[in-house]
Amino acid sequence: MTRIEGHLKIETTVEDGVIKDARSTGNLFRGIELILRDRDPRDAQVITQRICGVCPQSHGVAAALNLDSAFGIGGQIPDNGRIIRNLIQGAHVAQDHILHFYHLAALDYVDVTDVAKYDGKDSELNSVKDFINRGELGPFMPRYEGDYRLPPEVNQMATAHYIQALEIRRIAHEMVSIFSGKIPHSVGIVPGGVTCTPTIDMITSYLWKLKKVRDFIDNVYIPDVLAVAGVYLDYTEIGAGCKNLLSYGQYDLEGGEPDVIKRKRMYIPGVTSADLKPGKLDVDKIAEYVTHSWYEDYPGARHPSKGETRPNQNKEGAYSWVKSPRYDGMVYEVGPLARLAVNYASGDPVVKELVDSALARLKAPPSALFSVMGRHLARALCAKLTADNLEKWVLEVKPGEPAYTEYEMPEESTGFGLTEAARGALGHWIEIKDYKIANYQCVVPTTWNASPRDENGNPGPIEQAIIGTKIKDKDNPFEIVRIVRSFDPCIACAIH
Amino acid sequence: MVQEIPVVWLAASSCTGCSISLLNSASPSIKNLLVDEVIPGVHINLRFHQTVMAGSGEAAIQVLEDTAREKKGEYVLAVDGSIPRGDTAGYCVMGERGDKPVTLEDRLEELAKDALAILAVGTCASFGGIPAAEPNPSNAQPVRKLLEDKGIDKPLINIPGCPPHPDWIVGTIASILLNGLPKAEDLDDNLRPLAFYGKLIHENCPRRAYFDEGKFAKKPGDEGCLYELGCKGPITYADCSLRRWNDGTNWVIGAGSPCLGCTQPEFPNLPFYQKLVDVELPVIGAYWTGEKEDL
Repeated sequence: MTRIEGHLKIETTVEDGVIKDARSTGNLFRGIELILRDRDPRDAQVITQRICGVCPQSHGVAAALNLDSAFGIGGQIPDNGRIIRNLIQGAHVAQDHILHFYHLAALDYVDVTDVAKYDGKDSELNSVKDFINRGELGPFMPRYEGDYRLPPEVNQMATAHYIQALEIRRIAHEMVSIFSGKIPHSVGIVPGGVTCTPTIDMITSYLWKLKKVRDFIDNVYIPDVLAVAGVYLDYTEIGAGCKNLLSYGQYDLEGGEPDVIKRKRMYIPGVTSADLKPGKLDVDKIAEYVTHSWYEDYPGARHPSKGETRPNQNKEGAYSWVKSPRYDGMVYEVGPLARLAVNYASGDPVVKELVDSALARLKAPPSALFSVMGRHLARALCAKLTADNLEKWVLEVKPGEPAYTEYEMPEESTGFGLTEAARGALGHWIEIKDYKIANYQCVVPTTWNASPRDENGNPGPIEQAIIGTKIKDKDNPFEIVRIVRSFDPCIACAIH
Repeated sequence: MVQEIPVVWLAASSCTGCSISLLNSASPSIKNLLVDEVIPGVHINLRFHQTVMAGSGEAAIQVLEDTAREKKGEYVLAVDGSIPRGDTAGYCVMGERGDKPVTLEDRLEELAKDALAILAVGTCASFGGIPAAEPNPSNAQPVRKLLEDKGIDKPLINIPGCPPHPDWIVGTIASILLNGLPKAEDLDDNLRPLAFYGKLIHENCPRRAYFDEGKFAKKPGDEGCLYELGCKGPITYADCSLRRWNDGTNWVIGAGSPCLGCTQPEFPNLPFYQKLVDVELPVIGAYWTGEKEDL
């Protein structure tokens, strides 16, 4: 699989034009959890960011929340620290969603070669036309051929937006950098808060970069997703998968609460299913199987606080480095769709209005959310919800006031931190002994989504989303890659 | 006639952060790099990059194998990530031949031996980096070690950093396109271009005056030099303090955080937030009169 993060293999068995079986294989093991052992606990936020260069921020936040909890300071983070963490993470997530739609997913729907027919005056498009006419089309060729449905002028416009999106996501990264030094792999978010003391110029600079990003999300990104979904309407009906959704919630809106699960968050923690009824999240129900993963077996499933990672690449019956997290023993999908659906199910009026009006534009029912296009739409709406809130939050930052609280590191402790990465529910768990990390476990969004079968033989969410799909042209199996990419998989994350 | 320079980018045990950093290149933009003549008359023809390319599955792997065959001796090979070796080579796999998975170790060997030159992008590819950190569970090794072990004598340039600044990657490529491959005197002992890695962070740090005065920050957010909070600026070769990151927006020490030393072979084995011990501090400032032991 290309145009995702990392090394993923998807193997399918097709009979009579229908996918009968699918296996998702994560093909890279680095052992970051083993590298963390015996290190200074504070190093966790630096090392875990390196799990993934696409979404380092979210690992930084999960690690900081984890360490806040282990150090007993989760209720003492100054408001500036809490808000600036949200600003850093929010700008990063908006960037990540734009990157996914335009630069990872769009080439499955948009035919760039139609720019050869362009006869307008846009210099960017004319430079793409020159590029096509020179004839060396890497990295845009070769590709699957056939199912490109957009008319030439729409393909040309979408290509212009592909280029514009490169610029916008770069600006969103500058927003991250204002408060956290650099990105990828920034330094600002630490246990206790953030390392910078905010100044007024940081706030105004952030605000005005945000205006450009918001303008793009509202006037280009969301209309483009709706336009593509309107033409590929059959993709609102395929790729549903397990239809169980889980979110940890994201963006702490108030300080003072040590327990991460009890905090008031913009995205609330919860679970929901096909009926879109609200459900409470119980962290104790999370457990990971390794039955079909290349790790030494243990009986049943382990809660991440007691998790272990002992590689065994020769294990019989195993076919992936990804473990199989399950909730209450069942398969759950995580991601923007889960975030949105959990808030939708809870009756959040802003989310309901946004989702219902987008569905009305497509003349599609809420069940259409459980699909390839449903995931793309949810991602775009999450980008909007986040960006809209950032404008409010950045004005709550108090220049010159502290953003960090001091602490004493305990000799022994345990903790956990839960947040949402762009790709979904992200949890870090730590055990500290003798002022060092004794055990560190990460359960990452794509660990959920790209997981192999569990002990009971239940396929993971991506596997389930593929199985049963009709393939129109087995030499150009667009359906498979479109379904897999709709999850925005990140394999460096999933395995770590 | 535009000259096409074929480039193949191979992701080994990486996090894709190096590619995302390259995406942040401001001038030239990533679009300029991929589509336009990046230097008048020269176009970088990025044939294979798994995160960017349109093709999927076997067609994508075919591009990799065709380029090695058709463009023998002409293509630039860029690698990010370190490479699991030996018994654990199977910890990093890309594609299959027949039914057999192909390890990155094998892919890299095949592609390196017919490359024009090799760029090790990032600290993992340059020095081993994160996957190779103690206890190195996958026996991950840098590109240089693999080339030495396999007897592959090809020009290699290391562009470390976790991730590297986009200017360091683009600048190194532009230099090759304009002036040809770097000469021995253009690189340091670690094969880093001196143009970007010639000076210590410490030498041009805006907080250097605090160091010389002996005024040290005790916690994040304090004024003062970050040396006691673990700053690796005194042993780290890179130009971040002058260049700054994300189109000049900020940099690590600008955000009140100690330098992590990410362009160094020692990264990440030194604890990030503990004061450097037994380090030869470069004493350059005219006002510095203290003793090393006093710090």
